[in-house]
This record gives sequence, C-alpha cells and structure tokens, in this order.
Amino acid sequence: MFKIITSVIARDLKLAMRRQADIVSALFFFIIVVSLFPLGIGPEPDLLRKLAPGVLWVAALLATMLSLPRMFADDHRDGTLEQLALAPHPLGMVITGKVIAHWLVSGLPLAMIAPVLGIQFDLSSDALLVLTGAILLGTPALSGIGAIGAALTLGLRGGGVLLSLLVLPLYIPVLIFGAGAVDATVSGLGGEGHLSLLAAMTLAAIGFAPWASAAALKIALE
Amino acid sequence: MNDRFNLYRFASPATFYPLAGRMIPWFAAAAVLFGLAGLYLGMLVAPTDFQQGEGYRIIFIHVPTSWMSMFIYLVMAFWAAIGLAFNTRLSGMMAQALAPTGALMAFLSLWTGALWGKPMWGAWWVWDARLTSELILLFLYIGYMALVAAIDDPRRADKAGGVLLLVGVVNVPIIYFSVKWWNTLHQGSSVNLTKSSMAETMLWGMLLMALSFWMYSIAVALTRARTLMLERERHTDWVKAELAETQR
Repeated sequence: MFKIITSVIARDLKLAMRRQADIVSALFFFIIVVSLFPLGIGPEPDLLRKLAPGVLWVAALLATMLSLPRMFADDHRDGTLEQLALAPHPLGMVITGKVIAHWLVSGLPLAMIAPVLGIQFDLSSDALLVLTGAILLGTPALSGIGAIGAALTLGLRGGGVLLSLLVLPLYIPVLIFGAGAVDATVSGLGGEGHLSLLAAMTLAAIGFAPWASAAALKIALE
Repeated sequence: MNDRFNLYRFASPATFYPLAGRMIPWFAAAAVLFGLAGLYLGMLVAPTDFQQGEGYRIIFIHVPTSWMSMFIYLVMAFWAAIGLAFNTRLSGMMAQALAPTGALMAFLSLWTGALWGKPMWGAWWVWDARLTSELILLFLYIGYMALVAAIDDPRRADKAGGVLLLVGVVNVPIIYFSVKWWNTLHQGSSVNLTKSSMAETMLWGMLLMALSFWMYSIAVALTRARTLMLERERHTDWVKAELAETQR
C-alpha cells in the first residue's frame, strides 16, 4: 500500500532531477518577487520588517502556483496518467505520492531560501526561525490543495490562469496563519498557535486533498 | 411507490421542464408580493434608528443578499453532491443555473455594505472578517463559473464543477474562522453587525425581504435551468416537440 507512494515519489523526483531548470526557475521567481518589494516600497527597515511575513508568503503562494500545472500535465500527455489510474492501487495513494514529490521540489527549496530573504528584510533570528518553520509546515498544504486545482483544470484551454483563479482563494487560510505566525513572533505574542493550526491544515490537506483530486482526475480522464 | 407522488419522476429534464415552467410565475409573484410588503414595512413603517438615522434602511437589502449569497452556495453544493453521487443530469444544471444568482447576491451584499459603511464607519471598505469572507465567497463563485465555462463537454463541466463546489464548501468555514482570528489579532473588532435589540417591524421587514429574495432566486434559477435544459437536450424529441409547440 505504502510502496506505491514511495515509488511514485522516487519516480517523480527522478523526473524532476532530469529537468532541474524548472525547479531553479520557480525558486528564482520567488527570490525576484520578494526582492521587488523593497525596490517598490522603499528601504525603511521598520516598514520592511512589518511587511516581510506577508510579502514572503504571497511570493511563496505564487511560486508554488507556477509549478502546479506541470504536476499532471506531462503524465497526461504521454499516457502515464491513464496507466496509473488503471493500476490496482487506489488513485488517491498515487496522488499522495505526487503531492509529496511536488512539495519536495517546490516547497522545500522555498523554505531553505526563505531565511536568507528574511535577512534582507531585517527580521530577527527568532522571526527567521518561525518563518522557516511556517513555510516548511504550510507549503505541503499548498501542494495538496493545488493538486485538486491541477486535476480539475487538466487539459483545459487557459488552464494556468483558471488554476490560479480556483486555487488562490482556497490558499487564503494558509496565507493568513503562515504570515500570522511570523507576525505574532515579531510582536512578541509567540507563534505556536498559528504553527499548530498550519500543521493541522497540512495534515488535513495531505489526508483529504489527494482523494478529491483523484475524483477530479477520473472526471478529466473519462 | 405511488406513481402519482413519485418525486424522482422530475429528475428527468423532459418532465421537469414543464413543471418548472408552471412554477416560475408563482415564485415570481411571491417575490413581488413579499418584496412590496417588505419594502413597505422597511421604508415606511419601521422606526428611524436612534444611532444610524435613516441610513440604516439599507439593511433591508444588505442582510437578505448576504444570507442568500451563503445559502445559494450551500444549495449548489447540495446539488453537486447529488449529481456526483447519483449521476443525475439535472443536478449539474441546477448548480450551474444558481451560480450567477449567487454571485450577484454576493456582489450586491458587498456593494450595499460599502454604501452603508461609508456614512456609518467613514470607509467604503474595512478588512473585517465578514467583509473579507464575503469577498472570498464571491471569488469562489467566479472560480466555479470560470471552470464550468472553460470545459466544453457539459457532463464533464458539471462533475468538475461539483468537485470544486464540494471542496469550496469545506473551505468556507475554515476561511471564515481564519479571517476572523486573523483580524482579532491585529485590531479589536470595531464592527459588529449583530444588533442586540431590534424593533419588531424592522425584523419583520428584513424577513419579508429575505423571503422575497429567496423566491426571486428560485424563479430566476428555474428560468436559467429551463434554458440550459433546452440547450443541452436540443437533440432529443421532447425539446423538438416543445419548440414546435411554441412556434405554432
């Protein structure tokens, strides 16, 4: 049962490693969007410190969005997806593996680079720690919810724009608690409550979203 | 089951189409009657509010539209669940027929809220929990309509839209509570729409207006569903017979 998850992860990671440019360009998109804000707003450290959590999180949402259409599209094009759907394993399990693989190549690099960008915004070391933790905890939920949108828009014209229209409203709770955790740390309230809620949302998204996207994929493959 | 009272008979477009046609005038008439009574109570009978003066009277539009915007989303999710579970043709059409009305209600609720907010709070828009979640509800309606419009095959559009509606309906309470907590952390809630005491005529006016909007939504949704039925079933005999009837 769990072997299918690990083998899907291994396969998707291998495919991603063959096309490293995709991972790097999403990462640089994140870095560039975050760097644009100080240029647009001005270099006052107080203002930047206040904006940092929101800016980093919004950029993380957008960077995750960028790689979502590719989650199923390549497999759909060469027929792999149909084979996976026909396989004896539940499709939800397969998608769980794909969601985890997507997080490993999109969410994890964002969390690794986020503290460096946080330093540019003059965040304290406590806040940097919470920021990294929040992005680590929150991005799996983004991959999970995004999988539903990617499955629903599979093979549609204008799929990319449509995908953002469907998925971004559903990302709002993650954005609020993710940025809220850092905000609460900066203001001295402590971000544990927000982090717990983020973890809860991630668990729920990893647990349930693959099954919803399995339903959506079956509709798309009909 | 007795053939006469078999509700499932109306799950088929061919039988539901004439039934909807007969029901629409009744719902439309009810909407007008309830609307006139509600407006009379609200605009002429209800007393002036001692804090907000005459400006509060926009409540008779604002609150019913807000209720309807949330209620219609639930009804759409209900039809989506029925459609996905029993694979019925009509459910998807009902969900799709309701969507523009729901979006309109959400938009009206935001618009009247802005008109009300300007004189009362001095701002068109506040990032309050209720306003934000209503805005997100509007986004969800728009996302649903965009998805359904992007899929050419109507059966696939219904099912994909259904999955999105069910995901959205799970998310609505989460969004509501997240924006609520997020706001209370940043600033004390300066806005509280729930009044502790409300004159009885005001309450009645509001309820009548809500009923009026409800009946209006049913009438409009049924009209739209009838059009969808004709469009999708245009190759069937009953539609051809129906069209021949009207052209005669």
